[in-house]
Amino acid sequence: MDQPFEVAVRDHGAVVLRVCRAVLGPGADAEDAWSETFVSALRAWPELDPAADVRAWLVTIAHRRAIDAVRARGRRAVPVAEPPERERGDGARGDGEPELPDEELWSALRSLPDKQRRCVAYHHLAGLPHAEVAALVGGTPEAARRASADGIAALRRAMARAGRSRA
Amino acid sequence: MSEERELLDRFAGPEEDLERLGRRLAERAEAEGLLEVAWRTVESPVGRLLLAATDRGLLRVAFANEDPDAVLADLARRVSPRLLRASRRLDPVVGELEEYFAGRRRVFDLPLDQRLSTPFRRRVQQQLPRIPYGSTATYREVAVAAENPGAVRAVGSACATNPLPIVVPCHRVVRGDGTTGGYRGGPAVKQLLLALERGERPAA
Repeated sequence: MDQPFEVAVRDHGAVVLRVCRAVLGPGADAEDAWSETFVSALRAWPELDPAADVRAWLVTIAHRRAIDAVRARGRRAVPVAEPPERERGDGARGDGEPELPDEELWSALRSLPDKQRRCVAYHHLAGLPHAEVAALVGGTPEAARRASADGIAALRRAMARAGRSRA
Repeated sequence: MSEERELLDRFAGPEEDLERLGRRLAERAEAEGLLEVAWRTVESPVGRLLLAATDRGLLRVAFANEDPDAVLADLARRVSPRLLRASRRLDPVVGELEEYFAGRRRVFDLPLDQRLSTPFRRRVQQQLPRIPYGSTATYREVAVAAENPGAVRAVGSACATNPLPIVVPCHRVVRGDGTTGGYRGGPAVKQLLLALERGERPAA
């Protein structure tokens, strides 16, 4: 690849961050996975095929770095760990401004099985086709399609419940 | 599907997060030796300047009349695609440029990476800092100084393609008839730099 790496960060940084947050929750783990993803990508960048789909390539790296992050959490092994107090949606990171999407979303996300959460992240957030999602999470493309559809439906239901209980 | 879009947009988080992560990435890249071309912009009396450096030194100065994306794409192709926005490496350059535009610096003291110039052009460009601050030389005089008196036209193109304008003072080279001649940043910028060096402060 002979394009500036800068362009990959600019074009795909936001998508990769959403994916990392969807898989790991809104805390520091997701930001660390984002950083590890782009450092790995920068290292490999000059050798990447210029015709490669950069976003799909970055999401694949983010997938691996997220697995590393989950392993690094060791035996706590909660699929999406409780975010530290300061990073909850109800509060802020210091200045009173809620900087991350609300707790409802993250708690709905935590309630999904791991594979559904990844399928939602890779298909709905990153736009990967089901076949590519299946290559990452295992199983058939049809299973990946079902998991992402079930995942997004469960998320919607959970968000609607949270909305009703708030009203 | 707009309901779904709305749901998915809630994963985004604020723009500042990405800026902070971008800065952190640049620092990591620098620390791990992966930042081969660092770049940033700086405002100046001659407009916004794009600055780029390798670990050898300042590589490129581009005026606002060049498309920044095209400049970066060219550097990625010719030098390295491991290119990121990063300030620290360029801090000394920004400091010296500020002093220059404030009239407090006459000579730049910066490591330069002149790999973008061919050997002949580099030889010409290396003559240019010998033209004292505040004075000018003709293309012909520079050709003689570069020990190639017949190469007036080639000196012209070495000046016109100088990848490090301002710092390598090609603006001090003028035509034999006393007119200013062309300039990579446009003739108005050349005149402004010459006026600055004559002690006329630009209206900043």
